[in-house]
Amino acid sequence: MTTMKPTRALVRGALAVLGLAALLLALVAWLNLRGEDPPAPDDAGAPASAEQIARGAYLARAGNCMGCHTERGGAPYAGGRGVPTPFGTVFAPNLTPDPSSGLGRWSAAEFWRALHNGRARDGRLLYPAFPYPNYTRVTRADSDVIFAYLRSLPAVAQANRAHTLQFPFDQQAALAVWRALYFRPAQPEADASRSPEWNRGAYLVEGLGHCNACHASRNALGASASTLDLAGGLIPVQNWYAPSLASKQEAGMADWDVAQIVELLKTGVTPGRAMVSVSGPMGEVVGGSTQHLSEADLRAMAVYLQALPQTAADPAATSASAVAEAASAARARAAANRTGAKLYDQHCAACHGDQGEGVAGAYPALAGSRAVALDTPANLVHLVLEGGFPPVTGGNPRPYGMPPFATVLSNDEVAQLLSYLRSSWGNTATPVSALEVSRYRGAK
Amino acid sequence: MRAFWLGLVVLAGGVHAAPAVEDTTAQRVLACTGCHGPQGRAASDGYYPRIAGKPAGYLFNQLLSFRDGRRQYTLMANLLAPLTDDYLREIAAHFAQLELPYPPPQPASADVDALTRGETLVTKGDAALRLPACIQCHGAALMGVAPSVPALIGMPRDYLNAQLGAWRTGSRHALPPDCMAEVAKKLAPSDISALSQWLAAQTVPAGAKPAASLPAALPLPCGGVAESPR
Repeated sequence: MTTMKPTRALVRGALAVLGLAALLLALVAWLNLRGEDPPAPDDAGAPASAEQIARGAYLARAGNCMGCHTERGGAPYAGGRGVPTPFGTVFAPNLTPDPSSGLGRWSAAEFWRALHNGRARDGRLLYPAFPYPNYTRVTRADSDVIFAYLRSLPAVAQANRAHTLQFPFDQQAALAVWRALYFRPAQPEADASRSPEWNRGAYLVEGLGHCNACHASRNALGASASTLDLAGGLIPVQNWYAPSLASKQEAGMADWDVAQIVELLKTGVTPGRAMVSVSGPMGEVVGGSTQHLSEADLRAMAVYLQALPQTAADPAATSASAVAEAASAARARAAANRTGAKLYDQHCAACHGDQGEGVAGAYPALAGSRAVALDTPANLVHLVLEGGFPPVTGGNPRPYGMPPFATVLSNDEVAQLLSYLRSSWGNTATPVSALEVSRYRGAK
Repeated sequence: MRAFWLGLVVLAGGVHAAPAVEDTTAQRVLACTGCHGPQGRAASDGYYPRIAGKPAGYLFNQLLSFRDGRRQYTLMANLLAPLTDDYLREIAAHFAQLELPYPPPQPASADVDALTRGETLVTKGDAALRLPACIQCHGAALMGVAPSVPALIGMPRDYLNAQLGAWRTGSRHALPPDCMAEVAKKLAPSDISALSQWLAAQTVPAGAKPAASLPAALPLPCGGVAESPR
């Protein structure tokens, strides 16, 4: 009987581990490089026409590039805005043609590689706070005109801020592993069974629009399931909840008219009988992006969103007795909530109405509002504490505003008030605790 | 479109006692008066400054500064973030044209020496510190100068302290060249307290308004302040 010497076993074991590690490394490297050709060294073609530059400006709006790549009060596209993530803050870089800090030395091919493969000019991997998992679907032609537009901007010498990420998220190796797990370069794919309009909508919603960067939940490593997932998610750190676009209980639009969806994206408000207005981060999206899109593109997005497969159960399927039971329980809660009722009369009723009916064109209805009834009260807490205006748009140039109550109401009062309006006038949502209010009060 | 909305308001009125909502700037800016007082006034003990009757250009500059990060107050910054220059100009003009009574002055709690120092800084400045007098820019009546220089009286002491302090430490900025930063950096904390004590104790005469023009050229260049023809 021969037994292996312990040292030899150790060496073999170590070799096996090393071999496995090398294989894994190779796999990660391959997963990061596949589908990627080295950019052509010199692809400077004919200078872009005015028409191409205008097209690029339009598409940059569709991608709301400026939303992140412009600091508050800063020069357009000169970068500097921080995107807060659970792993630290990622600062958007300068996209103006400045040669040292901006895109001055970039080629169109390198720009396309950034959008399509998430790689910087020098080969570094980019953080997915830059939504290249979406932009990878953008066509080369669209990428080229966006690049031409950015090249046409005045150069601004503004140095890029270094990201402030915690270890190990600040390491390229960690990013390589993340990409190996979650990122695949993709091509825009047309679905022949759908209309051209639907396909255009899919291209905008999944690609440049990067809607699911907010409207999908993210896992512990900050990845969302796919660009098709629009089932809603809490925006990390900011703690605004981007409601599901595929659920009738949340912000699903299966029951809306296409014209109504277009109107909301175009103006930020729908003045109909149940007025809806966008707020928080979606206000930024409408103000900076969708209000500038053409009627045809907005229609395409609306057609696509309206046709999204519904993920949640249809509320109509709930049994009549269950509905009646929930309504009666809610009525009892509202009737018992004297503090909430008093606060509502004092601070809210003058605009939102005694019955939460709102005022068409000015103040959203709270009775029957899906935004009020969302499971998480995150957005309501933000709205009550911070107030706000819907975005100024061509269709709503002088919006009506709501005052902040952060300095007026305690956490407990906000909780009572929200619990009251979530259980009044036919609303049957769950009560809100002071603890929840305090959690969101601390959010940025 | 407006007629359509109003029509809906009327229709809704038939069903419930709908809120009386006017199609006015005042109705739209209830978001502001929640803190600044129902008509743009601040209580004399409040931290929020009066905005009614301040020069429109000054108010507009402040709205831009809050939105664009030269002044730091998260509630204001978030509230103004979605608003355009045009709309902010309308809001500034709205509050500038309000003529409302001022609150009574806050009785001074400082000693006589401090109040004398405060009055001297306001009316004469301090040549040794190369400090101009407040009245050189803010007007002999201290009611500000149209269109861009604000009044210094009729405001709470805490607010004056906070603003001078913020300029001194660099957390409040005006458009460059930032003359108030230059002034505030020369003020000792005891000078700031003396100034705010004296200023907050002044009575605003009934019907007082910003002066129409500066008494003389500005003693130092100030961003965002249009020099009126003399």
